[in-house]
Amino acid sequence: MADQVPLVDYLVLGDDPHLEARECTACGARFFDRRNACASCSGQDFRTVRVANQGEVRAFTIVSMAAPGIPVPFVAAVVDCDGTSVRGNVVGVDPTPENVQLGMKVELTTFPIGADSAGTEAVGFGYTPLEAN
Amino acid sequence: MAEDVWILGIHMTKFGKHPDKDTVDLATEAALAALADGGVTMRDIGVLAAGNLMAAGAGIGQQLQKQVGQTGIPVYNVANACATGATALRTAIMAVKAGETDMGLAVGVEKLAGAGLLAGSSRAKDSDTWEPRGRYGAVTPLDGRVGTETMPGVFAQVGMEYGHRYGGTSFELFARISEKNHAHSTLNPLAAYTKKMSLEQIMGDVMIAYPNTRPMCSANCDGAAAAVVVSDSKLKTLSLEQQRRAVKVAASVLTTDPWQEACQILPDVNTLTRNAATQAYEQAGVGPEDLDLVELHDCFATAELVHYDNLALCEQGGAVDFFESGAPWRDGRQPVNVSGGLQSKGHPIAATGIANIWEVCHHLRGEAGDRQIEGARVGLAHVIGLGSACGVHILEKAAA
Repeated sequence: MADQVPLVDYLVLGDDPHLEARECTACGARFFDRRNACASCSGQDFRTVRVANQGEVRAFTIVSMAAPGIPVPFVAAVVDCDGTSVRGNVVGVDPTPENVQLGMKVELTTFPIGADSAGTEAVGFGYTPLEAN
Repeated sequence: MAEDVWILGIHMTKFGKHPDKDTVDLATEAALAALADGGVTMRDIGVLAAGNLMAAGAGIGQQLQKQVGQTGIPVYNVANACATGATALRTAIMAVKAGETDMGLAVGVEKLAGAGLLAGSSRAKDSDTWEPRGRYGAVTPLDGRVGTETMPGVFAQVGMEYGHRYGGTSFELFARISEKNHAHSTLNPLAAYTKKMSLEQIMGDVMIAYPNTRPMCSANCDGAAAAVVVSDSKLKTLSLEQQRRAVKVAASVLTTDPWQEACQILPDVNTLTRNAATQAYEQAGVGPEDLDLVELHDCFATAELVHYDNLALCEQGGAVDFFESGAPWRDGRQPVNVSGGLQSKGHPIAATGIANIWEVCHHLRGEAGDRQIEGARVGLAHVIGLGSACGVHILEKAAA
């Protein structure tokens, strides 16, 4: 099997794919980017925490116009994963207003997005509706 | 307590396509007309603050001076996203309040006609090898793969989030907000679009980012606006006519977004607007019920809805009911965006935060012609730039 790399460094691959966040040890604020300090309390100590794989769509849009090379339409969303907000696409549904609802329960999924010249496969993430919907 | 500051002269150019004019031409037109409107010249001006976001490094302030008067005064070139114009105005106001000068000029200008998406309009090519880069360790550009970076998409989510929290929103509701602003601009000869649009036309137009169709997005266009501000003591030395037409800056506030959970996932345009409004009402000693008109930052139809709430024009959570009541129409209880707003008047970015002040001043002076809000005495102008920065100004008619 070819080597795999995650699309972003906060996506953890393997048998149990999930997202992780940098959590401020002083105030608990969570971030996905490399940090210099905490935007909430200016603290400088962080720990890595696991973000819940299931969540609820708190906001979404269906993007029909984007930069050349980006397949449209697609669903961009904010998913509330047990109190941690995550930016991600809703995938696995037709991108129409009928198929995506505010408050919809979703779950993290991963999928290959292509291989580079060395044959290494990049793996992205998105959120699919939970069956119970 | 610093003394009051007044708008002495103000002007906005026609918004739209100006193929034969560059940013310096447009800035000049606005600046000279604002000076003439105030009955003063560049020789009277002690500070110049200027903004042109798309060429923020070019020094539009000095470029303008080289056309209208190099008097050696300090120039502040400012850039603060869509709040650039308000930031320029506030810079001039602060200089006067600080007592550094008794008169200042603020100018905002932009050339945007024909521009498409202003963010997320191009995506870097995928590299040959997946190599983590940047603060997210991304192996390839994320726009479209992890959400959207386009403004119509970001602000669509802002409106949808409000709907999720409070209910009552729909594609049609957002489109009706746009219908209002396109109807209002028919009375504004300086608007980029002055064409009424039916709800069917708006909903049936090209979808950009659901629920925002093209006419529900701010109109990219060219334009400039400029304002002369003066100290209270200086104004008292000027003619009675200048004093009569001067408009009091009852509040001038600029805020950024305080950290909130999720604010780095989807910009929180609410908290900083709410904070700015609260501070502005306190500074001015007025409440939202005292406002005769409001020009707010309807960069997208979905944004206008949330700002009814953020500016406390309605109860918290009551923006849908506020709109449904007819209040924000020009003949309603609380007219909002009688200029046509960014969706129909247009949004030449750095000009917007002074152009909305011009609109309010026009009504307070009783000079707004066909679209005059009768008896207007107090008005509010609001802009927000992503990043974020929010400017709120409250203006009051001269007592005389």
